[in-house]
Amino acid sequence: MCLAVPGKITSLKNSNAEVDFNGVKRAVSLDLVPEAKKNDYVLVHAGFAIQVLEPKEAEETLKLFAEIYGKEHQDALSGPLSHVKP
Amino acid sequence: MKTSPAERFASPLWRDRKLAAAALAEMERLVAAAGKTGGTVNFMEVCGTHTMAIAASGMRRLFPKGLRMLSGPGCPVCVTSQGDIDRVLALAEIPGVIITTFGDMMKVKGSKGLDLHSMREKGTDIRVVYSPLDAVALAEAEPERQVVFIGVGFETTAPVIAGAVARAQKAGLKNFSSTAFFKLVPPALELLLSDPTNRIHGFMLPGHVSAIIGLEPYRFVAEKYKVPCVVTGFEPMDILAGINMLLKQVVSGRPAIEDEYFRAVKAGGNPAAQKLLSEVFKVSEASWRAIGTVKATGLAFSKAYEGFDAVKRFHIPYSDAPEPRGCLCGKILLGKTLPPDCPLFGKSCTPASAVGPCMVSSEGACAAWFKYGG
Repeated sequence: MCLAVPGKITSLKNSNAEVDFNGVKRAVSLDLVPEAKKNDYVLVHAGFAIQVLEPKEAEETLKLFAEIYGKEHQDALSGPLSHVKP
Repeated sequence: MKTSPAERFASPLWRDRKLAAAALAEMERLVAAAGKTGGTVNFMEVCGTHTMAIAASGMRRLFPKGLRMLSGPGCPVCVTSQGDIDRVLALAEIPGVIITTFGDMMKVKGSKGLDLHSMREKGTDIRVVYSPLDAVALAEAEPERQVVFIGVGFETTAPVIAGAVARAQKAGLKNFSSTAFFKLVPPALELLLSDPTNRIHGFMLPGHVSAIIGLEPYRFVAEKYKVPCVVTGFEPMDILAGINMLLKQVVSGRPAIEDEYFRAVKAGGNPAAQKLLSEVFKVSEASWRAIGTVKATGLAFSKAYEGFDAVKRFHIPYSDAPEPRGCLCGKILLGKTLPPDCPLFGKSCTPASAVGPCMVSSEGACAAWFKYGG
């Protein structure tokens, strides 16, 4: 039930926004994120944006994964998990 | 990485097989290192959305032998007491009332065997909505009818319902009300940890509850109980990385509150949501399945907003009601057993004909095990 999905604010009037979820658009309340602006990415739960998301932080997380785990591909594939095919 | 911002949130790297294989290899090493302290490492994913994400990814069968993920009390429908479920059904029996609810509540049975789904089939006006704002809009469109929203959930959902109630108040709506059967995650963790027989070595903390409350409310888990915590996102790589962060804390013997999901969870949480929560609701006792009614573990309407409390408006009393016979849902919620250990699991209890709420709810531990296997 605590599912929340990222989307992009395409327009807003007062605290009512239209948010684009990969092509599907929905009305979303910005009552809980008064700082949100047009073109921001927001995390949406049950019709309300609950947090503003920073794309650069998503990228930073992916970079961290690549740094920690990227170099270990060979090692992982020859180890006990060789059944997990890439 | 030359991608558009949107692609970063939907990047295939969040579920990349090579990265996952490397993370699993690291997990194997860390579990072996943690194993020095003896036996299986038990982590609990507190959130039902994590339960489903773990099950749906199929990663459970790739986990090292010495690691066990237990499902915690984080499925809102599952933790709602039988007595509160009976109150929901009592509200639905009031002539002329329109019940609005999230879909998850539809098939949970009351102690007399009734559920909202079967009541709707017999003609009761019960509507599944995506947002409590849909319920407010319905109340505006139907001024002659009383519209009741079934508010259950944790700190993620409570502010959303607070937002809907605040809008109803601004619009001067006299025909909208909601239940406030809300539960709080940090006190739930304290309930689990204060049981000396608990066997939890770390918590995968709920990403979206934490997006609201931040990191500070969990501090006691690491400091008082010395149990590692990692706030974790919901993509497969988030979950694998979150488990490895927990394992590293176990190996190092330095429990802390870490944030793997920092793209959504800030240390201070969401201050606007916290402010609205404290205006519309107040901390109160809550009735938990299998645990009972416990002080300061939930939210109820504040004085200023108590006119929106459906239970008060329609005078619905609370009475304790027994759990379904033979159902182990309560023990499963406390991490004391796993779904396949329940004698009803997969036999008399399946998603098509569920006995207990852990099988009814789409994010219940039993439903996840039944659908995706262990």
